[in-house]
Amino acid sequence: MEVLKIATAGSVDDGKSTLIGRILYDTKSLTTDKLEAIEKTSKQKGYDYLDFSLATDGLVAEREQGITIDVAHIYFSTAKKSYIIADTPGHVEYTRNMVTGASTSQAAIILIDARKGVIEQTNRHFFINNLLRVKEVVVAINKMDLVDYSEETYNAIKADFEELMSKRDYENQNITFIPVSALKGDNVVNTTDKMPWYKGGTILEHLEALDLAAVSNAGTPRFPVQYVIRPKTDEFHDFRGFAGKVYGGELSVGDAVVALPSQTKSKIKDIYFNDKKFQTASRRSSVTITLEDEINVSRGDMLVKADDLPTIDKQFTATISWMDSQKLAAGNKYVIQHGVNKVLAKVDCVHHRINPDYSGIDESIDALGMNDIAKVTFKLNKPIFFDAFKNHRTNGSFILIDSQSNNTVGAGFIQE
Amino acid sequence: MKDTSHVNALENEAIYIFREVAAQFEKPVLLFSGGKDSITLVRLAQKAFWPAKIPFPLMHIDTGHNFPETIEFRDRLVKELGLELIVRNVQDSIDQGKVKEETGRYSSRNSLQTTTLLDAIEEFKFDACIGGARRDEEKARAKERIFSVRDDFGQWDEKNQRPELFDMLNGQIELGQNVRVFPISNWTELDVWSYIEKEEIEIPSIYFAHKRKIFLRDGLIWSHSDYVYQEEDEEVIERMVRFRTVGDMSCTAAVFSEASDISSVVQEIRDSTISERGARIDDKRSEAAMEKRKQQGYF
Ligand SMILES: Nc1nc2c(ncn2[C@@H]2O[C@H](COP(=O)(O)OP(=O)(O)O)[C@@H](O)[C@H]2O)c(=O)[nH]1
Repeated sequence: MEVLKIATAGSVDDGKSTLIGRILYDTKSLTTDKLEAIEKTSKQKGYDYLDFSLATDGLVAEREQGITIDVAHIYFSTAKKSYIIADTPGHVEYTRNMVTGASTSQAAIILIDARKGVIEQTNRHFFINNLLRVKEVVVAINKMDLVDYSEETYNAIKADFEELMSKRDYENQNITFIPVSALKGDNVVNTTDKMPWYKGGTILEHLEALDLAAVSNAGTPRFPVQYVIRPKTDEFHDFRGFAGKVYGGELSVGDAVVALPSQTKSKIKDIYFNDKKFQTASRRSSVTITLEDEINVSRGDMLVKADDLPTIDKQFTATISWMDSQKLAAGNKYVIQHGVNKVLAKVDCVHHRINPDYSGIDESIDALGMNDIAKVTFKLNKPIFFDAFKNHRTNGSFILIDSQSNNTVGAGFIQE
Repeated sequence: MKDTSHVNALENEAIYIFREVAAQFEKPVLLFSGGKDSITLVRLAQKAFWPAKIPFPLMHIDTGHNFPETIEFRDRLVKELGLELIVRNVQDSIDQGKVKEETGRYSSRNSLQTTTLLDAIEEFKFDACIGGARRDEEKARAKERIFSVRDDFGQWDEKNQRPELFDMLNGQIELGQNVRVFPISNWTELDVWSYIEKEEIEIPSIYFAHKRKIFLRDGLIWSHSDYVYQEEDEEVIERMVRFRTVGDMSCTAAVFSEASDISSVVQEIRDSTISERGARIDDKRSEAAMEKRKQQGYF
């Protein structure tokens, strides 16, 4: 079964929870007991319609405040695909959650309230999904029922959004506009006769038609070694298997490979998945690889094709998304986790910060606060093997860990 | 034709997580309940490390009120696969006066497990506990990370969780802390059942329709057993039922079913409209029940 991960973005009250609830309801994914709970609570609150947003709002604190404050995951499936929606909040201070949600998604739904049109936060939602190179973006112009399903309103909002798009960095992002009413269910799962001027499909129709291989970003094959399997049994006395996940492209038996950082050459002898041998390891499969030669490879090392090496360097510049209340400043030290490899890093230079309204950059800033996005150069205690994020979503990204608190305090996307 | 039988996104993700656990932690343990989710975990762990053995033990926190079928199954599985099994008993925590047995109509040992679990984590100095919880089971679980850090007291601070980006799992912790790991976070109930069918994984017989003495209360089907409190006027009847989850007998309700093999169970789940946790009596107590228990260290 194919799995499509979708991130949602919208400001508070744009109708994100209602939209997700509506999708669940119309795809018959809500179970009887959940539906009953929603009906009961809606009635208690005195609503004259079903408050679908109750299907997703998870934690007690949130129910009290009535807003979604963290990433929640929602699951549903159709005959064609399984879907995972990462419900990320639209609140001003929660850029970090949106970055997190977008990092694991191949598609995003950006919500706009048709009465408000493109607002400052829409800018952020688009910018982040573009920065993270989410391949498919659906711009759902919601609450069409409150603007008399007006084509002019829709077109005006679309034109405003296209204005934002002209500034984007990642140009191959597919962007689709759909006018919807989450509350009434127009163009969410089912079609509607309210907007005869709209010729496109519903949100679900659009998602169903996506080709998964095409929406997940390909690159060259990279194989970060997670774990070395040495059974040390009689039967597998000399077995040394390198366990890991294949990213970017395929690897096949017989491929000439180089192990990094040692730069030792060898060839792929066998590819195992469990106890079965395969000729080829597909993208994102968790396999075990054995090599023709006995070379020294350990966790954090990487196997790559001999004719396609990544950059090997002790320094790089990246766009980072800062996620901690303690500031990042030049001279600070962090642990960088790049895939499964960890190195020590020092902030060499904070070049500039992207303005919070994405209107431009601010070069006067030298320390970053929570939710800031900035261009930063790091120096490392030993080289890592990376690609630019724009060429390789996995091998071009990393997280920053504070060695005092052990928390994940930032995410980075390598530029060069 | 290209052989793509290893291309199952959820399976690949789970295997990746198992390998991260083995690489990042000193003393991991797989929490084994005897239920289908933890049996699935065992299969995934085998795949992650083949041809080596699973590099950590299993641990069962035994409430003493389990279905006998589950315990038999557990012991057989461990023997067949040559795994190491640790058992810690809730009864011991009760005898030591650390927890008090609940009484009355809804009494259950389910929530008492927490103390026994936390004690065992301390006893063995486990730094990673692998569990079979899924985000689709319950609303509070939808927010769990794949690596969820627990403090010294086993508590979960759901407001202050580490963001998880791309595939990167940050398992760095301080001494005394531990991490709960959920390799099948992103699986749904149907995904698990379909996997069991595809992989031909053996599961305890109580998952299939069988004749059982039961009684009805609050619209749920309860097992007639010494471990389950029952009122005089609650009449015992015999029906064909099966279980969708197997926790403690006192908190696991059955469903009426004729599905006696795996394919009919999968079909039934596909068609069903009652969510799995609807059959867990302990969640019915209050809507926020699970979240409260989790904050206190429940799995
Ligand atoms: N009329 C109308 N109201 C909507 C629509 N979508 C959402 N709403 C209402 O807008 C309010 C906020 O919706 P909610 O889903 O909670 O927004 P969230 O904060 O983005 O999750 C609620 O009162 C919804 O009932 C829509 O399409 N039409």
